[in-house]
Amino acid sequence: MTTSGSVASLPKPLWLLAELTYKCPLQCPYCSNPLDIARYKDELSTDEWIRVFREARAMGAVQLGFSGGEALVRKDLEELIAAAHDLGFYTNLLTSGVGMDERRIQAFKEAGLDHIQISFQASSEEINNFIAGNNSFQHKLEMARLVKKYDYPMVLCFVLHRHNQDQVEQILEMALSLQADYVELATTQYYGWALLNRDQLLPTREQVEHAEAVAHRYQEKLKGRMRIYYVVPDYYEERPKACMKGWGSIFLTIAPDGTALPCHAAGTLPGLTFPNVRDHDIEWIWNESPDFNKFRGYDWMKEPCRTCPERTKDFGGCRCQAYLLTGDAANADPVCSKSPHHAELQQTAQRIGEAASGVQVPFRFRNLRSSKRLMGHGTDSRG
Amino acid sequence: MSEPLCADDVVVIAHNFRFQWEEAQGCHVLLYPEGMVKLNPAAGEILKRCDGSRSIDQVVADLSAQFPGAEALRDDVYNFLKAAHDNQWIRRKPA
Repeated sequence: MTTSGSVASLPKPLWLLAELTYKCPLQCPYCSNPLDIARYKDELSTDEWIRVFREARAMGAVQLGFSGGEALVRKDLEELIAAAHDLGFYTNLLTSGVGMDERRIQAFKEAGLDHIQISFQASSEEINNFIAGNNSFQHKLEMARLVKKYDYPMVLCFVLHRHNQDQVEQILEMALSLQADYVELATTQYYGWALLNRDQLLPTREQVEHAEAVAHRYQEKLKGRMRIYYVVPDYYEERPKACMKGWGSIFLTIAPDGTALPCHAAGTLPGLTFPNVRDHDIEWIWNESPDFNKFRGYDWMKEPCRTCPERTKDFGGCRCQAYLLTGDAANADPVCSKSPHHAELQQTAQRIGEAASGVQVPFRFRNLRSSKRLMGHGTDSRG
Repeated sequence: MSEPLCADDVVVIAHNFRFQWEEAQGCHVLLYPEGMVKLNPAAGEILKRCDGSRSIDQVVADLSAQFPGAEALRDDVYNFLKAAHDNQWIRRKPA
């Protein structure tokens, strides 16, 4: 199938994220999955996923992430990994570790899996299990050791927020003792469940600065031994992140029901009904679909982005964040100090930080029951 | 990482990286967890030969034969491999 116009100048979807399911044995309140996870019942079949992989690979996709929810819930994961490997993808399993054992780790290796990234919710068992909503800490440690034993690059991911932000030193020491090759100190991104729980998750500015100092100190100390990626929480920044390196630029996500998205939060944007892989092939979705073209280039921008010299660097920040915080996805991401909404964001962060030392509202843990309740389907009428 | 590379060293792509030709991008790449390094043609040709069967000197000889008339090739190869070593893309093959 050929397309008209300058297809050659269109970017390639180098990164394919396959959200295989929204089922998950954990209940992390910082999850960026959408609130309506209970809606995604009709998951893509094994064959449907393999077709998606083949089409994306033909377009130049080379990194494939298996994620969700929890990818391990899928019993066909070994088959999916093998298919992706045979197509020439570099495959990444992004997992909590819950749902695998030594036998499965070995099976993944035989199928050609390149890398397993294990998430930890904290460096202490108590906080880890509290945040995860299940007793997973010891199992995660065991899985981390097996990942090493089976000769995968060992990557640990910690999502930081108020309740573990101060543990960065212990986190890095734990990663070191597990002989991690890479540590990702990710920050909670406020979409989906994380946005719902934002008042309970956002760290204070002091916490963020302290954590960053510790991370930099260890980066220096461990140069060549363990690579540490530290992602700065953008609420305290003056310039926004170049989200996904631009809308429909290098990143393609497929949700469990086949919805194709330029990022995992875009489903919440109003006025956009994203195409489904059951109805269209990947080439049409990426190159031609109106939604994937909606925020490409610079013509959609409003001021201050429209004439800003930095627009080619950060693309105006995150569309989803602009919508969630200012009501218009075409606005500047209010993280930017040039945005008229920036002061309001700073005040919000301030207010949340001040309230953090007071009485705490409990987390709304991420699970199907809560999702149904939020969607108005629950028989339980409590909030 | 500590000692400089020398002529007899046999270097290989490091364990955490995968080296392959990407047709869609028309170049060689190094793939690692969630990431990619795009290699220019020269880098691709050098790393292609770092498969554990050649010493650095042999890599240079091989390239000289393939690309006669390429000036300062030896220096270019050593400079590139030093950078690649510093980035931990390559390591000395264990004995």
